[in-house]
Amino acid sequence: MTGYSELTTWALIVALGIGTFGLRFSFLGLVGDRELPAWLLRHLRYTAVAVLPGLVAPLVLWPQATGGDPDPARLSAAAVTLVLGIALKNVILSILAGGATLYLVQYIAG
Amino acid sequence: MSSSTPQASFWRGFRNGLPFLIVVAPFGLLFGVVGTEAGLDLAKVMAFSILVIAGASQFTALQLMQDQTPTLIVLISALAVNLRMAMYSASLAPHLGSQPIWRRALLAYVLVDQTYAASSLEYERRPTLSPAEKIAYAFGVAASIAPGWYGATLAGALLGTTIPDAYALDFAVPITFLAIIAPALRTLAHVAAAGVSVVAALLLQFLPYNLWLPGAAVLAMMTGAQVELWLERRK
Repeated sequence: MTGYSELTTWALIVALGIGTFGLRFSFLGLVGDRELPAWLLRHLRYTAVAVLPGLVAPLVLWPQATGGDPDPARLSAAAVTLVLGIALKNVILSILAGGATLYLVQYIAG
Repeated sequence: MSSSTPQASFWRGFRNGLPFLIVVAPFGLLFGVVGTEAGLDLAKVMAFSILVIAGASQFTALQLMQDQTPTLIVLISALAVNLRMAMYSASLAPHLGSQPIWRRALLAYVLVDQTYAASSLEYERRPTLSPAEKIAYAFGVAASIAPGWYGATLAGALLGTTIPDAYALDFAVPITFLAIIAPALRTLAHVAAAGVSVVAALLLQFLPYNLWLPGAAVLAMMTGAQVELWLERRK
């Protein structure tokens, strides 16, 4: 986090707080109970699955901890988490299984 | 109707919110640990969890900050994760629009995924509730989650630097995100959006200012919307 000044970091946190509040307050506070246009709702529905997979992909393929080289432990952990998550839809269980896979493969690979 | 019914709604919401702590607390703990490991001091880690109260966007901001991304791109990407909350706001507005503005503002502050999920379910189940009872229920859900979120972040931040590197905590964030995304892949449209997000994020790495993430997100949202339209037309 060395690249950011004290002021920049604080400004970022406060701006993210205000922006997030703005999104939550938008219709409840300002727009009232008017309906959102269908095309907008259709795009908003996919925001979470549009941002998070993209954020994760480079972290899984090119982890910083290995200097950006693909790592069998991290790849298998990601695969186990994703498959279990889809099959069981249990977030905590998938995280624990993914973590266990990470340590197990790291241990076996020495 | 006695004047105590909003109170009854509040406590019903409070009780219904408690099970969410099983997910919220570990997530908050993780944010505290990872934020501290990334070099944020206690005040900043807590400010994140108190001012933003939106785990996924907090982790997104943290991750991009570690890659020395320009501030504006960090902000845009993290806010993009929270766009869904405008949808929550729109969906609750018909129920709560008649409440005083300060109550709606206070509720907006705690309108997290779990508050929305529990409240919209309750309003469907009990359509005869008055607006005052409805908002009291939502506050009740939030009252059981928000303190857990703050407390777990604090515990994680205090634990933070004591955890050795050997535990490969760098990978806790990707694993957590994968576990959150997986159950959201409900329809072909969601799967297509996620697929485009991954491919575009990897292909757009050459873009300056880490613009690959907002770029991939826009392409993925358009993909999801288009696939949804296409599926509807085929019916």
